[in-house]
This record gives sequence, C-alpha cells and structure tokens, in this order.
Amino acid sequence: MILKIKVNGKLRKVDAHPMARLLDVLREDLALTGTKEGCGEGECGACSVMLDGALVNSCLVPAIQADGATVKTIEGLASDGRLHRLQEEFMKCGGAQCGICTPGMIMASASLLAKKKRPNEAEIREGLAGNLCRCTGYAKIFESVRSAR
Amino acid sequence: MRAYLPDYQARSAKDLKDALKVLSGEPGLWKPLAGATDLMVLFAAGKLPRGRYLNIRGLKELRGIGVTKDFVSLGALTTYTEIRGHSVLMKEFPNLCAAARETGAIAIQNRGTIGGNIANASPAADSPPALLVYDAEIELVSSKGARWVPYAGFHLAYKKMVMRPDELIRAVRLPRRAEKFAHFYRKIGTRRAQAISKVCFSGKARLEKNGRRFLDARIAVGSVAPIPLRCLRTEAAIVSRDLDARVIANARKIFLQEISPIDDIRSTRDYRAAVAGNVFEQFIQETAGL
Ligand SMILES: Cc1cc2nc3c(=O)[nH]c(=O)nc-3n(C[C@H](O)[C@H](O)[C@H](O)COP(=O)(O)OP(=O)(O)OC[C@H]3O[C@@H](n4cnc5c(N)ncnc54)[C@H](O)[C@@H]3O)c2cc1C
Ligand code: FES
Ligand code: FES
Repeated sequence: MILKIKVNGKLRKVDAHPMARLLDVLREDLALTGTKEGCGEGECGACSVMLDGALVNSCLVPAIQADGATVKTIEGLASDGRLHRLQEEFMKCGGAQCGICTPGMIMASASLLAKKKRPNEAEIREGLAGNLCRCTGYAKIFESVRSAR
Repeated sequence: MRAYLPDYQARSAKDLKDALKVLSGEPGLWKPLAGATDLMVLFAAGKLPRGRYLNIRGLKELRGIGVTKDFVSLGALTTYTEIRGHSVLMKEFPNLCAAARETGAIAIQNRGTIGGNIANASPAADSPPALLVYDAEIELVSSKGARWVPYAGFHLAYKKMVMRPDELIRAVRLPRRAEKFAHFYRKIGTRRAQAISKVCFSGKARLEKNGRRFLDARIAVGSVAPIPLRCLRTEAAIVSRDLDARVIANARKIFLQEISPIDDIRSTRDYRAAVAGNVFEQFIQETAGL
C-alpha cells in the first residue's frame, strides 16, 4: 500500500506492506535510524516514537495503522539547529552511555513532560517504566529528566 | 524468527457495517486487528497465523466511554489510557482503573484496548477480574444483529469464548450501583510495570452498618485458573458471617479449592497459591477495616 505519514513535520509517501512494522518503515524506508530496535515485542521501549501525539512502541504498530498519522521521532525533537532541553540534559547528566536506549528514553520523557510540566519522582519512574537500559542503572536518566523539568 | 510479510494481508474497515460484512462473508478467514499489542508480539515471534487481518482501529462505532443513569459503556477500542483517566470510572469502578494503570507501561496503555484484552482471552489478563466483579456485559455484533452477553459466561474454557468468528465486541457496559462498596485490586508480577501477572485479585465488599459482617462481596481472580474466574463459593463463605479468625481461615481454604493455579514459565503452583491466599486475607482485612 502507499502509506502517507507526516514524519517530523514532512509529508512522506512510502510503498509499504500493510503489516510492516512502523519501526522498519522509519528505519529502512525513511532512513530515520535514530529509532532503535531492542526487543521487537513491546518490552524495552527502544523503538518509542510519538504517533498522533501519543507515545507508542513502533515495533508494535503495523504500517496500516500509521496511514494518515503524524509521527515524531528523535530526529524531530531538535528545532532550528538547537537540541531539545531533554537532549541537553541527557548529555550533561550522563543519561546516555552506549546510547541504544537513549532515543526511546528521551521520547518517553518528552511525552511525560508534554502531559505534566513538573512530574514528581514517582511520575518520572512510571513514565519511563516501559524503557529498559542495560548501562546506566537509571539514576542518571532520572536525574536528566529532573533537570529538564 | 519474525513473520514473513507476504504471508499476510491486511485492510482497514471503512465503518462498522463494512467490517461486519467482511467478517460474515468468510467467517474465520479475517481476524480483527485493534491496538495490535497482542497480535504484533506474535508477529515478532513468527507465531501469528498467516492470513488476513482487518484493521478496526479506525471504527468510530467502537470508540468512547458513555455514561447514562444506569450504565457506563466503553467502546471496545477504549484504551487503558482513556480508562485510567476517566472520572466516573475512577469513582465507581476503581478496580478497572487500577488494572489499566498496571497494564504494561505508558506506550502499551496508549495502544492496548479493552476489547483486545477480552478477546485475546489470556487467563493472565488484568482487566477481566475487574470486569467480573462489576457484572460487566459484553455487546457482540455481527451482520445478523447485536446481542448482549454477561461477561461472567463469556469465557468457556482456555481461549474458548461464546463469541463467533463473524462477531466483533462492540462495547462493554458496567451497571452502576447505588450501594457503597469498598474496592480492592492487587496485581502481583515480577515488577510493577510491564509484567504479566502471577496472581491478579479483584474484589469489592459491603459491610453491615456497624457490624463485622459483609452484606455482600465479590471476588474474581486472574492467572490462577484456565479462564478469568469469579469465586462464588468463596464469596458465600465470607458473606453474613462474623469475620473471625476461624471464618477467615475456612474461607481461605475454600478459595484455594476454587482456584487451580499451575506451574509455568512465570511462576509455580505453590507460590501462586500462597500469594493468592495472602492477598485474599488482605482483601478481607482492608475492606472490613479489621
Ligand atoms: C509489553 C507488553 C505488556 C503487556 N502488559 C499487559 C498487562 O500488564 N496486562 C494485560 O492484561 N495485558 C498486557 N499486555 C497484553 C495486551 O497489551 C492487552 O491484552 C491488550 O488489551 C490487547 O488489546 P489490543 O487492542 O492491542 O489487541 P490486539 O492485539 O489488536 O488483538 C488481540 C486479540 O483480540 C482480538 N480483538 C481485538 N479487538 C476485538 C474486538 N473489538 N472484537 C473481537 N475481537 C477483537 C484480535 O483479533 C486478537 O485476537 C501486554 C502486551 C505487551 C506487548
Ligand atoms: S523494540 Fe519495540 S519495545 Fe523493544
Ligand atoms: S545507555 Fe546503553 S542501554 Fe541505556
């Protein structure tokens, strides 16, 4: 099918199989490799993107359900050549080590901050509960989000 | 290994009528695709049966939470995010909101639907025990018409349901009750988020005015039987009795006879039985204010 999606502000047309994963459409058809694949089954959050404003695991979204939708990926977070506040804080606080979980962590954090300007500790933990990190031990990730509030 | 794409076909239903026509034309050939959070996991594992999938996620007729004098109705496509934030549900059906809050994590809650949770028919699903305690009814629709069935009779055996292949779940409705109950919901998994239940307990109870007896009690559990289970015998063992140690111990025994936990990859029979028994007592203590 010819898929029409607005990705990071631009309307894109992609010839994709309706059951192709949004994750693969983004990475392989649109060359947006910022979105990562960890588990491929909804557990790790490495593939988190915003679909019509809501945080989703792009590995669980079949292309047919992204037709006509608006998608925001990590590549769309910076604006006018300036990094998003969360990206700055993840760098400053050491919120990223190997970096595989980082795009997903930042998208989940951005989704949280969009809903709640000043989330408390419990809300931050809940907001990131679907995102796994094998490197940092999470403390510096939470610190990055706290500093970005 | 992941599924091979050319084995699959998918299309989006234009509206409910179109969806029902497709499903009745070739019953069993097409399978509905809602939030896809269960189906895409199978897909990733190469275990999704090859065939045709009908995307119903866009159907307005299956959306929204409606409140009338007698019922709160949830369209089958209602997501956990919508459930956990709904003020009437929070006030009158808090166990369902608790289940929604503890299902997966935010990204799953944004996509997963109540209809999908019911139709996926996992004995470990977290909303069914809440639905059972609240006397939910399910609306099934097909091109032949609509019917309401009590959720209590919906699951017949492991993964077997009264729903036919040409039917869709359109809505779930919960009767509103005037009486004031104390509600209790507890899910036990390996961690707070993103974990499948080892034991899931939903209960509500109503105490005598200033007594030590329950006038009424409802109990349903998940992950400890082949289907989500309402525990009628256990309820009878705690209603209209002085809630002393002997009665509670006896009720616990009956409860453990009523459930049938098993050993599997997530837990053991013994652990599940011990934890279910403890949570059962916690339910009595908290709702009775002991
Ligand atoms: C990481 C992760 C964590 C999870 N955590 C939990 C958890 O904590 N608790 C829990 O209970 N579940 C959990 N789940 C399972 C899943 O998210 C839920 O069961 C969800 O409600 C499924 O809904 P869906 O709309 O995504 O279903 P889908 O995957 O779209 O469909 C599931 C099944 O239901 C059928 N179906 C869907 N809608 C209808 C309808 N309206 N009428 C008839 N048939 C229909 C489909 O054909 C399919 O057979 C988790 C899943 C993942 C990936
Ligand atoms: S790759 Fe999608 S959640 Fe892990
Ligand atoms: S930084 Fe390596 S997984 Fe999180």
